[in-house]
Amino acid sequence: MAEYKLLTKDVGVEGIQTLPVYERRGGYQALRTALRERTPDEIVEQVKLSGLRGRGGAGFPTGTKWSFLPRDVFPRYLCINADESEPGCFKDRYLIDENPHQLIEGILIAAYALQVQHAFLYIRGEYHDQRLLLERCLEQARAKGYIGERILGTDFGCDVIVHGGAGAYICGEETALIDSLEGWRGQPRLKPPFPAVKGLYGKPTVVNNVETLSNLPHIVTRGGEWFKSIGTERSSGTRVWCCSGHIEHPGCYEMELGRPIRELLEEHCGGVWKGRSLKAFQPGGGSMQVLLPEHLDLPLDMDAVMKAGSSLGAGAMMFMDETTCLVDVSRRLVDFYHHESCGKCVPCREGTYFESRLMHKLEAGLATLDELATLTDICANMDGKCFCPLGDTATWFVISAYKAFRSEFEAHCGAGACPVRGPLLAETA
Amino acid sequence: MLAAQTRAQIERARDRYPQPRSAILPSLWAVQHELGWLPPEAMAEVAEILGLAPSEVQAVSTFYSMYFQKPQGRHHILVCVNAACALRGADETVAYMERRLGCPSGSTTADGMFTWESTIECLGGCGGAPMMQIDHRSEENLTPERIEEILGRAAAEPVDHHGAPPSGGAAG
Repeated sequence: MAEYKLLTKDVGVEGIQTLPVYERRGGYQALRTALRERTPDEIVEQVKLSGLRGRGGAGFPTGTKWSFLPRDVFPRYLCINADESEPGCFKDRYLIDENPHQLIEGILIAAYALQVQHAFLYIRGEYHDQRLLLERCLEQARAKGYIGERILGTDFGCDVIVHGGAGAYICGEETALIDSLEGWRGQPRLKPPFPAVKGLYGKPTVVNNVETLSNLPHIVTRGGEWFKSIGTERSSGTRVWCCSGHIEHPGCYEMELGRPIRELLEEHCGGVWKGRSLKAFQPGGGSMQVLLPEHLDLPLDMDAVMKAGSSLGAGAMMFMDETTCLVDVSRRLVDFYHHESCGKCVPCREGTYFESRLMHKLEAGLATLDELATLTDICANMDGKCFCPLGDTATWFVISAYKAFRSEFEAHCGAGACPVRGPLLAETA
Repeated sequence: MLAAQTRAQIERARDRYPQPRSAILPSLWAVQHELGWLPPEAMAEVAEILGLAPSEVQAVSTFYSMYFQKPQGRHHILVCVNAACALRGADETVAYMERRLGCPSGSTTADGMFTWESTIECLGGCGGAPMMQIDHRSEENLTPERIEEILGRAAAEPVDHHGAPPSGGAAG
């Protein structure tokens, strides 16, 4: 089956990043429908009906998240999470680059449904060009009366403010994002209270991902029932998969949920590169557990992949061929979490340090078998014991790789050899 | 020490949010845009405009890896070495950069033209791995020839103080 184009249907249309072309393709009609023909509650109902689940990683049902906002408490805020920093993920960047007005229209629909007058778009600092593009598009939309007071002649008004981050993975966690937006070191907050009750500036707040919001114009136009018919019973709609690693054609591909992973790899990514065979892959992004070639027939369905011991997370697929050293990949991911740990809680701050030190020793051939065995202990003292998911997920890939490729990990011990890269020269490490 | 234009950007940012503290990040971007890094005196000036203690602004600045606490070369380069880039040759890119620029990751070339570092932070360019960012712009599918082209172009450019100023936008 071919790609299912919903969010990406206008990718490649010349000038789609400009307002006139977006409008010519039907853009902002959904906003018009929402504001003129639907009540805010009707939109919330449609989104609930659609079964749309958050595309930022956790997969929480969007309509349910929205319905947690207490009634009659104002002001309330919408934060758009464009802090995409998960290793292997680049779909939000792609959706911004390829169709920025689709996102903006989705933001305004959400803002109307939630009766929000200020939406804050938090975009990671590294997405500098995407920030500038969004600012230009917001200006166009403002000039045309889609943003500001009395939008399209209705009583509804909303402004969208772009807030550039400055290099901190943790700010993708929704309470850390709020912390950062308020002008603090971006560290996660204790939940409860959840942002829906007490979020930005202590007010009810919804934080939604870029891809999640980009779905909204389509749900408004064609209805929640229609959206629910795409994908599987509990994973409706499509997802934009960020495919990277050892494949012929890395890039973003949109597919209906429920299709097999093998189809994504073979039909869209062009298969494993250089005619080599697949050794392992990681769905979901740097946080998620490793999967093996035997898992390729799993459907792209959040629950099915979870049952297999991993997660579709934020929509990444990183493929590794037979020449990959899993110790090396694990070491890099562990280094990443060590670098990005915010320092708030001890299990994460210290745990990622010990993990990283051990993995460097192991990769250099300097660790003993006994030391390697402590990896399980270190991770057991982190997973489920950290303040936020960063510390938990800092253990998931490395532990799953250690289990699946135990002999490969052990071969690195005591100045042994990497089964892929050959003998380790411990003295030069 | 800040230019009037930068001060105006900071004031605009301050007035855009329900609480002035929210303007710290955009203000630091405005400073870095003008000066290329964040001198303590400039951060004190930000604090004064926002009605905060200088230590509060500094404490925020050190949390975020993109704010420079010391002067940098004219162009700043980040080479991604996270997993997806590593699978497609990021280590070779790093080795090439080190040879080509004659200085290790985290340092500045003798002529002050380039500061470069390898970073474990994923820069969201995995579809074009191996990749790097130069002055916040992504450059993908790197090969030695591509790198030469990028460095050559940058060296011919006028001084770039690291990216565009913070967001404009209407008052909130």
